[in-house]
Amino acid sequence: MSLEALARLELGALSLDAALEVATGELVVLLGPNGAGKTTLLRALAVLLPLAEGRLVLDGTVLDDPGAGIRVPTERRPVGFVFQDYLLFPHLSVLENVAFGLRARGVAKGEARERAAGWLARVGLPDRAGDRPRALSGGQAQRVALARALATGPSLLLLDEPLAALDAGARAELRRELRRHLASYEGTRLLVTHDPMEAMTMADRLVVLEQGRVSQDGTPAEVSARPRSRYVADLVGLNLFRGTAGRGRVELPGGQALVSADGGDGEVFAVVHPRAVALHRRPPEGSPRNVWQGRPELLEVVGDRVRVRVVGPAPLVAEVTPGAAAELRLADGGLVWASVKATEVTVYPA
Amino acid sequence: MRRRHRAVGPPEAAAGTRRTPAAFAVPAAVAVAFLLLPLAGLVRETPWSSIGTELASPAVRSALRLSVVCSVGALALSALVGVPLAFLLARSDFPGKHLVRALTTLPMVLPPVVGGVALLLAFGRKGIAGAWLERAFGITLPFTTLGAVLAEAFVAMPFLVIATEAGLRAMDRRFEDAAATLGAGRWTTFRRVTLPIVAPSLGAGAALCWARALGEFGATITFAGNLPGTTQTMPLAVYLALESDTDAAIALSLVLLAVSLVVLVVLRDRWFPTA
Repeated sequence: MSLEALARLELGALSLDAALEVATGELVVLLGPNGAGKTTLLRALAVLLPLAEGRLVLDGTVLDDPGAGIRVPTERRPVGFVFQDYLLFPHLSVLENVAFGLRARGVAKGEARERAAGWLARVGLPDRAGDRPRALSGGQAQRVALARALATGPSLLLLDEPLAALDAGARAELRRELRRHLASYEGTRLLVTHDPMEAMTMADRLVVLEQGRVSQDGTPAEVSARPRSRYVADLVGLNLFRGTAGRGRVELPGGQALVSADGGDGEVFAVVHPRAVALHRRPPEGSPRNVWQGRPELLEVVGDRVRVRVVGPAPLVAEVTPGAAAELRLADGGLVWASVKATEVTVYPA
Repeated sequence: MRRRHRAVGPPEAAAGTRRTPAAFAVPAAVAVAFLLLPLAGLVRETPWSSIGTELASPAVRSALRLSVVCSVGALALSALVGVPLAFLLARSDFPGKHLVRALTTLPMVLPPVVGGVALLLAFGRKGIAGAWLERAFGITLPFTTLGAVLAEAFVAMPFLVIATEAGLRAMDRRFEDAAATLGAGRWTTFRRVTLPIVAPSLGAGAALCWARALGEFGATITFAGNLPGTTQTMPLAVYLALESDTDAAIALSLVLLAVSLVVLVVLRDRWFPTA
């Protein structure tokens, strides 16, 4: 019992081709850069956009299968949707907004209102029932939107960037609260975000979408330890290389090679943590197996570290202490040697 | 008015005067006078002491009553067919849509008399539609109250269609998506979401449509004639009274002016947003 989706469609410049599975009760976060097709995929799941090809099965029921001519209309899907800007109906009171779905499904007015009031109490807004949506703060509107989507008892809850419309100051608090509300709902949940912090802290499982394709899928820990794209590597702050492995070496496209203690075979990814990169003004002596030369560029100060990009045959980011940065006179430019121990290079299949 | 000026604030007002050539002040003042003087003349000539008796006279009351009936009828007819037309124009694609839209707005630029002649040729007793209506249902339109309603609707419907279509186009359609995800079918979505959200545009269009129908002259007199109690609406009565009973003409004109002002005040926030 779960969601199984294969969605293919073209929309403007975007070509979406994504397969996705979500188990019942699981909270999957769909993460990706802007324009990757996250919202498009979510809208396709709610059939607000038609699939060109693919198949969509929820709890064993086929909702969409263009090949077989099946397309259950939006209003008959057990799918709740929280829109990015919430889209609370401006002409209805908060209570009527939450009761809307129940009324549309034929629940009598009195009962619908009663149940809606119960939902408002659950999201902590029992006293705002009579207000118009425009009188609410962003965080309150988000909770009303969540209550409205959950009131109809959907088996699948879709959330499109539920925190993006809120100001940064309130976001951390509201993220905690959203996580709590989502935890109390037992259905299948799929949340879209471009905020890695939100993704890492909320997800049972992360699905990374880039240019309409799923580039990575796994728990937040797996994804951040073994990025499979430049986008994810940059998010988690790792140096990512792709090359061909053999006899303890990873040959990179530029002719450079990385020596790794991991070994590996065939097409592989290799990651190096910036803190594992040492910088020198003279060719280093001793055991480091990977040494290359490049021009240093100061990037930024993160906590007690200075991030430095070494521009050379294989660009690399290093993190050094401010003391080391001053001692090496990195701000002066010139050439530096970067070294990485073979034990610090993690290799995994591409 | 004064308060609105102050709300704009001194810096913007100063910038405004700097950009406008000073020489514009004179022709602009002429334009204002040109618009204001006729109204002032009307108010000045109004026989205030006898206006009550003028308006109470049977002929005037009959014209008033007929005007209300015909303009409300024209509005109802326009709403019945015009609102669905506005939806089709705003929401669907069909061959010849541009042509239909042009046709919709045609009565706004067409001289109403020409509209009346055209109506007569189509719905007159010998017209293509008129002959059929008479044969099939025994309905005659020219020189009847129904004919006056039809003439007014012909001229006034575009205002309702255009305003409603504009409102539908301006509306965020994702509200309808939201309604669908909550289980609302097309009809429920229309009734509970789309219609309330475009209601202000629809209301503005209806007010304009009604006001235009109320003032309709050319098409009505050409198609429906000038029969007291049957097709002689207020504008027609004003025109006729001007030759025999000036005071009645002025009194009726004043009523029409007052109605126009009320419509203007009602629509003020839509046409002249305070922002």
